[in-house]
Amino acid sequence: MKRVAPILTVLLIIIAVWYAAAIWMNATWAYDQAARAEAAAPTWAELPGLTLNQDRPVLPSPHQVIAELARSTFGLPPSSKRSLVYHAWVTISGTLMGFAMGTTLGVLLAVGIVYSRSMEMSVLPWAIASQMVPIIALAPMLAVVMHAVGATPLMTKAVISAYLSFFPVVVGMVKGLRSPEVMQLDLLQTYAAPGGAVFWKLRLPSSMPYFFASVKVGIAASLVGAIVAELNQQAGLGARLLQGSYYGQTTQIWAALFLSAILAAVLVMLAGRIEGRVLKRMGMAR
Amino acid sequence: MKDTLNPSAVIEAKNLQLVFTTNDGPVQALKDVNLTINKGDFVSFIGPSGCGKTTFLRAIAALEKPTGGSLTVNGLSPDEARRKRAYGYVFQAAGLYPWRTIAGNIRLPLEIMGFSKAEQNQRVEQVLELVELSGFGKKFPWQLSGGMQQRASIARALAFDADILLMDEPFGALDEIVRDRLNEEVLKLWARTGKTIGFVTHSIPEAVYLSTKIVVMSPRPGRITDVIDSPLPKERPLDIRDSKEFIEISHRVREGLRAGHSDE
Repeated sequence: MKRVAPILTVLLIIIAVWYAAAIWMNATWAYDQAARAEAAAPTWAELPGLTLNQDRPVLPSPHQVIAELARSTFGLPPSSKRSLVYHAWVTISGTLMGFAMGTTLGVLLAVGIVYSRSMEMSVLPWAIASQMVPIIALAPMLAVVMHAVGATPLMTKAVISAYLSFFPVVVGMVKGLRSPEVMQLDLLQTYAAPGGAVFWKLRLPSSMPYFFASVKVGIAASLVGAIVAELNQQAGLGARLLQGSYYGQTTQIWAALFLSAILAAVLVMLAGRIEGRVLKRMGMAR
Repeated sequence: MKDTLNPSAVIEAKNLQLVFTTNDGPVQALKDVNLTINKGDFVSFIGPSGCGKTTFLRAIAALEKPTGGSLTVNGLSPDEARRKRAYGYVFQAAGLYPWRTIAGNIRLPLEIMGFSKAEQNQRVEQVLELVELSGFGKKFPWQLSGGMQQRASIARALAFDADILLMDEPFGALDEIVRDRLNEEVLKLWARTGKTIGFVTHSIPEAVYLSTKIVVMSPRPGRITDVIDSPLPKERPLDIRDSKEFIEISHRVREGLRAGHSDE
């Protein structure tokens, strides 16, 4: 209870602020309606009823968003183009594929950087520069290029996803692979251990805590990448967000937003679970 | 030839020089070091920090490269001797891998050196027994005390049965009581295995208690000021430290250390 109480308090405050904001922001429309009908302006007591259940609110109220979320998640068959389950699956598959690609690329680059001075000098600045380019500007161009070479929408999305997720993995793994102390490296030297043994038996295991720290950042970045990529596509949470804004369906936008946030939380939590398991088995849990 | 002169020499240093290049210019870590260590010797290196005792041990292990003179281990260069797995090295800290069990840690050199699975297991059991850690193989390092961890790291150095054991202040971080016990155990181990041991320390009683030969060193530049062949018997109960001989040798070591310091 001690742990839950602060979280609940914050949640309640957020919901209260949200309701207040919804009333305030949607009131304009209620006043306009009354003026058009040449009726008396609604009183303070009438406002909540007139603002919290509008069809096209400026800011949908929490219960509207939750109802929309429930309806489009559980109320429709998952195969329906209007089901959030369908769109979430499209997004997730791109996210996981991009994450796998980005993580692999990140680990390989980190190994190269740690073992080769020239790679450190040449690759690292480019890796950093790559993250300076706003993804929202890069995504449409990448989409065009990928389309030109005949890539599927899934592949395009995965590439943009990987583009965002490889960087934290590179940074974390470089630090992790360099984390063994001099003494531990000396020890292996006294065994005349070959380079491969140093990597597999010391550097790689030592890097695991760093790897998982990066993975948690990387998986969230992957999801962002996939959603941004979908702004140029037909399906997925990103596409759903864009459609919602075209047609003024704010409730639909918010529902998709919430689902993205939930997905991100689940993915990061999953990564955290795996981290806990692995580090515990390795005797490295803190 | 030197080898024919002294066939039992395991480690031989002649006019050994070692200069580190640092940002503040060259630092003479070892100057004109001449020393012969014979098979089965227990040699302690004692001196204040900066006297080159650890550097000398590391040079024997080919972890540092001498800049002059000659150094041979089993008649080979330190590099070749290492490739022949001539020595086991124990560091100041146990440095066990936290992700491996105690047995797994001891298995590490055996895996790298390509021993068979059956032989690995047999050797692990054997050295665990030697350092009195039988039954602790499945524990993780964090489940053991500092003294037990250091014993495990000694077992790791013994696992591949090199003839030489090099120990760099292995008990420096442990408290007096644990250290006394481990000193006793190291002597027992030495008696049972007949290994040649090089042992770096800055404790006079530890050096005198353990060694057949005490090498007193002094800093700036790092050099040997005295080599004392201990007249103490091989069998050494802890209370030998109250004997007249023990006190005399301790006195001589202290004198050697003081002499090294006075010409700074």
